[in-house]
Amino acid sequence: MNHTGLWRGRYREAGGRLALGKRWRPGEALVERALGACGVLSILTTLGIVMILGREALRFFRSDGVSLREYLLTTSWQPAAGQFGLWPLALSTIITSAIAVAVALPLGLGVALYLSEYASLEARARLKPALEVLAGIPTVVYGYFALTFVTPLLRGLLGRDVVEIYNMASAGIVIGILILPLISSMSEDALSAVPRSLREAAYALGATRLETALQVVLPAAASGIGAALIVGVSRAIGETMVVAIAAGSGPAFTLNPLRAAETMTGHIVRISGGDLSYDSLDYNSLFAIGLTLFLATLGLNVISRRIVRHYREVYE
Amino acid sequence: MSDSRRCESSGYAHNLRVRHRLGSGVVLTLQAATAVSILVLAALLASVLNQAFGPVLIENAVEPSTLAVDGRRLEDLAAEELVAILQANLSTGLLRRLESERPLAQRERAALYGLVVERVVQPHVVGTWSLSDWVFARAAISEELERRPGAWLEFRAWLTPRFLASPQSSVPEAAGVRTAVLGSLWVIVITLATAFPIGVGAAVYLEEYARDNPLSRLIQTNIDNLAGVPSIIYGMLGLALFVRKLEHLTSGALFGLGGPSQNGRTVHSAGLTLGLLVLPLVIINAQEAIRAVPRSLRQASLGLGATRWQTIWHHVLPAALPGILTGSILAISRALGETAPLVVVGASTFIAVDPSGPFSKFTTLPIQIYQWTARPQGAFRNIAAAAILVLLAMLLSLNAAAVILRHRTTRRARS
Repeated sequence: MNHTGLWRGRYREAGGRLALGKRWRPGEALVERALGACGVLSILTTLGIVMILGREALRFFRSDGVSLREYLLTTSWQPAAGQFGLWPLALSTIITSAIAVAVALPLGLGVALYLSEYASLEARARLKPALEVLAGIPTVVYGYFALTFVTPLLRGLLGRDVVEIYNMASAGIVIGILILPLISSMSEDALSAVPRSLREAAYALGATRLETALQVVLPAAASGIGAALIVGVSRAIGETMVVAIAAGSGPAFTLNPLRAAETMTGHIVRISGGDLSYDSLDYNSLFAIGLTLFLATLGLNVISRRIVRHYREVYE
Repeated sequence: MSDSRRCESSGYAHNLRVRHRLGSGVVLTLQAATAVSILVLAALLASVLNQAFGPVLIENAVEPSTLAVDGRRLEDLAAEELVAILQANLSTGLLRRLESERPLAQRERAALYGLVVERVVQPHVVGTWSLSDWVFARAAISEELERRPGAWLEFRAWLTPRFLASPQSSVPEAAGVRTAVLGSLWVIVITLATAFPIGVGAAVYLEEYARDNPLSRLIQTNIDNLAGVPSIIYGMLGLALFVRKLEHLTSGALFGLGGPSQNGRTVHSAGLTLGLLVLPLVIINAQEAIRAVPRSLRQASLGLGATRWQTIWHHVLPAALPGILTGSILAISRALGETAPLVVVGASTFIAVDPSGPFSKFTTLPIQIYQWTARPQGAFRNIAAAAILVLLAMLLSLNAAAVILRHRTTRRARS
């Protein structure tokens, strides 16, 4: 059949020659630009965070009575008295995160080892959804749990005058439970990524299941587990609501986890939840703390990716 | 020959037994670790349920028996006598206000009785206990009952339909979550409207169009970094950018809406902030969904002469849509539970008026829970537990929708 009529004007130039070269389609280029803009927006977000945090923090450090040295080296945060030493808040953050990791690492690694090496398929099918539920519970509910269950438990176990109503230990324990699913799922991915051939070789040489798991599989997955640990620490540092509810509402420089001490994130939430006048010293100090927090978590995440890249075992 | 005899010697067999016993011991520890995790989840749910139901001790400010007339009880009094009681016991200001709403003489007897109970008798909660207290601490409850003559014990479920429909109140018995739930829903709508198009667009760009150059690698690393930033940092970004810098946009002044006291602490700012927060999540999930579409589909489409965009729009996206939707539902679940960024952006501490649009002040359900948990009075603990149950129910239905969607897509893919 002769389709010349259909093609006229589209792929036929004057004179009847077929022109099937690539046409300029402005719509395509427009779409590509628009989608690229969406991608670039994410960079704008990071730039925005850095710029805004940096600018307001700079304004804070340039104000009278505030110096970077005081911020980094002194141990008293009392804005009313003009003292802006970060260490009480930072120390509380470190202590709660340390307790959280002390709770989450053994439990999470244990769960991951059990699920990847020992559990049957039915057990896995029933346990993994439960862990996903733990991961999906909002942090404010964890805060409620810390205040209404864990704190009375601690006070009952250790004595009412030893444990204050608001204390870092309950917050730390509950943050540990919060990051448990994160650590266990990342560790389990790392353990499952170890190829079967390694395990089978160990069995063939006469190792028991435990010896294979601890001496062959675990070291092989070490980089992934290390990355999971660091991501867990980063998450624990950035956790806000649990500490805001359960850890207390006043900065305190103390090493005793059974006492109340506000963390960096808890402080930000408390101050911004009240009446806040823009550009006051209190307002700008929040951004200085926020910048510290951002740099710390960014640094940890970058380190964790570096570890995975450098130490990951490459198998065929 | 001699080797096998050496293997059968008791040393090797004993060693094997010890190793196996060690193995079973460690397995028990691992199982214990798993059990602890599950137990903690159960303890959490149990403690919430525990506080959401329980006995309450109610006391009247004024005993109905003292209001009896001629030995007839309060319930049996006629309308005029009830009006007389109201006039004797209420302040003149309150009486004037009630009269101006509707004259007391014209109200029905039942309405007057309700008014007497609410304003004069004033039953209020003086003590609350949890379910476990009701079972284990009966003695303490009876002791409290003895201490307050005229008070009576009632078993109350704090999560009721009335709880869902009432606005916020400073009195715990009358408080409800309506303003908070509506605020949450409004914020989620704006979050989705922001994050979904931009997120899917960025994912399509990264998977389909981007060449492997430093810029696209930077974008990818950047997205992975952003996913790990604490949520409160996004709150501070939202505060400085949306609430302050773009105040004319977010307060509605640009569109001529908003009153004189309007500032940037609106639903709009909250939605944009959360949109930025969940954007990396949406992008990463959408990328995985698009990556899962087989290349053969794209190549077949291109082979038939379709352009790149036609391939994406008509073939790749429809195939990846279930995965993209699942990812979006997960992002919504995350945004629904976020508290810290919205507190920083400026959710109202007390608001009893439902949000009427994107430029109204707001509060959300997690923030409500936070505020109620932070109050010392016992009854606030109970309604916080009831609000937590509402929040968990919302999240559960969202996740159930995601699971159903995932099942449907795998079934369709298999068939």
